[in-house]
Amino acid sequence: MLRTRVIPALLLRSESLVKTVRFGRFTYVGDPCNTVRIFNELEVDELVFLDITATAEGRAPNLRLLADIANECFMPLGYGGGIRRIEDAQSVLRLGFEKVIVNSAAMDNPPLISELAQHFGSQAVIVSIDVKRDLWGHYQVRTRAGTRNTHRNPVAWAQAAEALGAGEILLTSIDREGTWAGFDLALTKSVADSVRIPVIAHGGAGSLEHITEVVDTAGASAVALGSMVVFQKKGMGVLVNFPDAEQLAKRLGVAKSVADHSIHAIEDPGITDARRDSLRQ
Amino acid sequence: MITIIDYGMGNLGAMQNIFKRIGVAVEIASTPEAIANATKLLLPGVGAFDSAMKRINASGLREVLDRKALQERVPVMGICLGMQLLTQRSEEGQQPGLGWISAVTKRLPPMPGLKIPHMGWNVVAPMRDSLLTQGLPAESRFYFVHSYYVQVDDADDSVLTAHYGVTFDAVVSHRNLHGAQFHPEKSHKFGMRFLANFAGI
Repeated sequence: MLRTRVIPALLLRSESLVKTVRFGRFTYVGDPCNTVRIFNELEVDELVFLDITATAEGRAPNLRLLADIANECFMPLGYGGGIRRIEDAQSVLRLGFEKVIVNSAAMDNPPLISELAQHFGSQAVIVSIDVKRDLWGHYQVRTRAGTRNTHRNPVAWAQAAEALGAGEILLTSIDREGTWAGFDLALTKSVADSVRIPVIAHGGAGSLEHITEVVDTAGASAVALGSMVVFQKKGMGVLVNFPDAEQLAKRLGVAKSVADHSIHAIEDPGITDARRDSLRQ
Repeated sequence: MITIIDYGMGNLGAMQNIFKRIGVAVEIASTPEAIANATKLLLPGVGAFDSAMKRINASGLREVLDRKALQERVPVMGICLGMQLLTQRSEEGQQPGLGWISAVTKRLPPMPGLKIPHMGWNVVAPMRDSLLTQGLPAESRFYFVHSYYVQVDDADDSVLTAHYGVTFDAVVSHRNLHGAQFHPEKSHKFGMRFLANFAGI
């Protein structure tokens, strides 16, 4: 059975990795390439990079940095930030990334989602939706790193994105981001229940319990982690880490699903010479 | 030297990166002349079955590929869609496949609670010995992204299976012809081992 994907979501600001709190105050985490090397050694499921200032600065993706990252990484890679045209996506995918993430540009120009899906397949297109509650508690979609309120409803926008060809939704709660307070379960559930494509829950993860909760009760297909994988603990220093795979597997019920399908150890088969010859034919 | 076939569909950058990491020389080939000299072929593929077959047939590569695979019998590895192209046909399209392996490509059946595509890390189960899986640790896991799966006619052609609603062939081998449904280039040390094994055949 499929393991629930647990995805470090790393924020790029110029040439550095940073971590924000509610899309505001940020802390330097370090050099992207060093950090990525550590995640590669930890054999994380997947990595997502978000350049949080590309759109505001009107920049295209930093291809030199992304090339360095792709050279180090042998897991699925997603990138978002400043992707406005097919050519932007093409140049990122060519480096060895397999998913591009669009947010502000998709909201400004929804047909971009369809164009990307037609060119590269839906599996390569993640639509990122940043959501903040207004004073009355209503969920509203924001773009441009949270600075612009579109007054769109996240469920309606997620459904529109799916209809246009998005392969996944990266759903971020601005209110929870960087807080360690747990995912916004109501928000996640409302979106996950209304689309058939996978929803990656993001914003607020602070413990393994939070991860289990959002998968089991809110229907998230995957989770993205920020603070948890770059800090020791809340309010403490930088420590690049990843939850222990076995603990995660146990909590996410993978052990049970694996039992549905018998797994055998793959041992050195000790292939005979005749067998080897037949394989070489 | 592994020759990676460039017919406009597939993540060549990631493939080159991982072969560089494991120290295997590769070349990208998009012309019949370049493929004619190949001693080992890798057929990548991301996208739709029909557009891939149309591109292969229109590229002028079909003849040399058939000759390399079926007459010269150089080792061939199809990855993801590249594996599905080795089969007779696919429920995804109308175009016939390359038809090198006696197998068909079917649509993953809709199941409650299972999103399609099958996307993420999954474990595999060995069906038989193969040079391709030598040295892979117990509970090896690989990264999959697909909505269609391969089912071989001869059970002996199935090397690894995986399970997602149905049990399907994750790695197939028939003589010199091999295919992997997962993305070894995105599967950490498991993928490195798998590709190194192919390089060593």
